[in-house]
Amino acid sequence: MAKVVIDNVRKVYPNGTEALSPSSLSIEDGEFIVLVGPSGCGKSTLLRMIAGLEDITEGTISIGERVVNALDPAERDIAMVFQNYALYPHMSVYKNMAYGLKNRGMPKADIDAAVQKAAKLLHIEEFLARKPSQLSGGQRQRVAMGRAIVRDPALFLFDEPLSNLDAKLRNQMRIEIRKLQRELGVTSIYVTHDQIEAMTMADRIAVLNTGKIEQIGTPAQIYHTPASIFVASFMGAPPMNILDGHYNGNGGLEIKDLGHVAVDHTLEVTGDIQVGIRPENVEIHQAEEPHTIPIKVDFLEELGAGRLLHTTIGNTPFIAHLDNEHQINGETVFAHLPARALHLFDASTGRRV
Amino acid sequence: MIKSQFKSPLFPYLLLLPQLSIVVIFFYWPAAEAIRSSFYLEDPFGFSSTFVGLDNFRDMVSRSDYVATAEFTIIFSVIVTFFSLAIALLLAVTADRVLRGASTYKTLLMWVYAIAPPVAALIGIMMFDTLVGPIAGFFQALGWNYQLGTNRFDTAFAMIVISIWKQVPVNFIFFLSGLQGIPKSVQEAAAIDCASSTRRFWTITFPLLAPTGFFLLIINITYSLFDTFGIIDVVLKGEPGNNPVTLVYKVFLDGFRGNDLGGSSAQSVILMILVLILTVFQFRLIERRVHYN
Ligand SMILES: Nc1ncnc2c1ncn2[C@@H]1O[C@H](COP(=O)(O)OP(=O)(O)OP(=O)(O)O)[C@@H](O)[C@H]1O
Ligand SMILES: [Mg+2]
Repeated sequence: MAKVVIDNVRKVYPNGTEALSPSSLSIEDGEFIVLVGPSGCGKSTLLRMIAGLEDITEGTISIGERVVNALDPAERDIAMVFQNYALYPHMSVYKNMAYGLKNRGMPKADIDAAVQKAAKLLHIEEFLARKPSQLSGGQRQRVAMGRAIVRDPALFLFDEPLSNLDAKLRNQMRIEIRKLQRELGVTSIYVTHDQIEAMTMADRIAVLNTGKIEQIGTPAQIYHTPASIFVASFMGAPPMNILDGHYNGNGGLEIKDLGHVAVDHTLEVTGDIQVGIRPENVEIHQAEEPHTIPIKVDFLEELGAGRLLHTTIGNTPFIAHLDNEHQINGETVFAHLPARALHLFDASTGRRV
Repeated sequence: MIKSQFKSPLFPYLLLLPQLSIVVIFFYWPAAEAIRSSFYLEDPFGFSSTFVGLDNFRDMVSRSDYVATAEFTIIFSVIVTFFSLAIALLLAVTADRVLRGASTYKTLLMWVYAIAPPVAALIGIMMFDTLVGPIAGFFQALGWNYQLGTNRFDTAFAMIVISIWKQVPVNFIFFLSGLQGIPKSVQEAAAIDCASSTRRFWTITFPLLAPTGFFLLIINITYSLFDTFGIIDVVLKGEPGNNPVTLVYKVFLDGFRGNDLGGSSAQSVILMILVLILTVFQFRLIERRVHYN
């Protein structure tokens, strides 16, 4: 168990790709951090630098009180779960789990106790004698987890460990991993490009975009106060609606193709801005009311738990979330965008204003 | 599998006929002929032959030159097989570190495979030549009075080195592709689990190379027993003198130089049995022990 400090870490691959521009992140003892972002944003790169599988171009990484830059992966007191599980194909499940302990010179009896305990925790006792090739994907995933927890490391690293599982198993394992991590209290860094995994598992999320950390915060902070348009549209499904707008000071906000919206706070910038609103914050009325705008219903998407109303405003697709009780009659409804639910972003930098 | 229907049930056999006849004419018929003549004593001019039962075999194993050749063959094969595999593995592991992902280099290294075999023996002879060979010269400079073709040991040394040299590229390519077939993440997981790279090699890499290794082991034993004929012939320039030869070469010497067809046939029957054993060994024991993923 340890605090992890990533201090101005940068990664340039030998071919010149800058996969990570200088980034800092401080992780508390026992915290579960999720690194999330689109493909190629540098999540794995950062994780692999922490693991010691990639050199650190600049900056320092410390685990516990130790700066680990110069340490080999085996000396960093970490355990990693890989996307394809990376089990040793020639070893039984038992030996897969025992391997790391054996190499650290642990006595046989202690190894056995540790393996049995981990196997019990993960319900893989009956597979201990099998080879990985004789296991299903979900069982292999458990063995990979077992190999990590049996070592009792200071830090768990996960690189998309659930992406090879079907949706049902993924949900189940997500909950199980989180439960296990709480029980063991081991600091964890979890890489995924699945924003649902990020939202549901994380104590804090770090959103990465093209080699930069865009925002670090709790799931609620990330969701309710996204620091940039990128974060706003990446986190949340369906994504936040983004519309063009103009702010000319003194509460005068014009949204393109929609008209005037009153905002209660004064903004520091004037000029072009982008206005975001989450689908569930859009209020839909059957009849015209003050501060509503007529919109045409393109189609309704049934979700079971609610429906999504799809429309276009100007040329921009726009989605509103409706509760099940909410009945829609006719082609045209009236939308109200509550001022408190609006997210405003600088049109040129994309940062929140 | 798609099953095709032929009008006549004999038609498929007709299609197989060219291939089958080649196998029969060039493999089975000579083999049968060798087995037959191993039981006969033929007069040197080939006019008559007498059935002598197992006499040829009895005669063969009781002759000291045969026993000496058999002993040399074993030593030769063990050394050639071991070093061909070991050197190739060492090179492949070194190359694998550099090569991960860099396919240009890989292609460059593949060329070695294409160039080395046909040229190896002739180049080898030039290198080891007592008068002009740089390797012989090097040994002589070190104080080793190296005499190719005159000294038994020196000749054997050249045979062995050239045989190894010719086989290393083949083994290298197989080992390298075997190494590249080991998932990178497995190596990385091992790097997290085990600090010592030597230990990682013996506990992870080496066992995972076992399928390749066993396959190459058989290939190399076969090579050192049989396919080194050409190298030995080039090294000896067809004049063995008192230099050591392998069993296959002795079959040729006794049969064609000594005109002892019966004895030579008996020797090749023994070699056939050896091949048979190797093949059975390959299919049975090995395939069972190797874990494919
Ligand atoms: N070994 C390498 N050499 C050169 N460039 C690399 C190397 N590994 C990754 N990159 C580049 O670095 C960037 C970040 O890669 P990284 O693997 O960290 O992405 P990621 O966020 O994990 O993506 P994914 O979700 O697809 O796994 C990418 O542009 C990638 O092409
Ligand atoms: Mg990745």
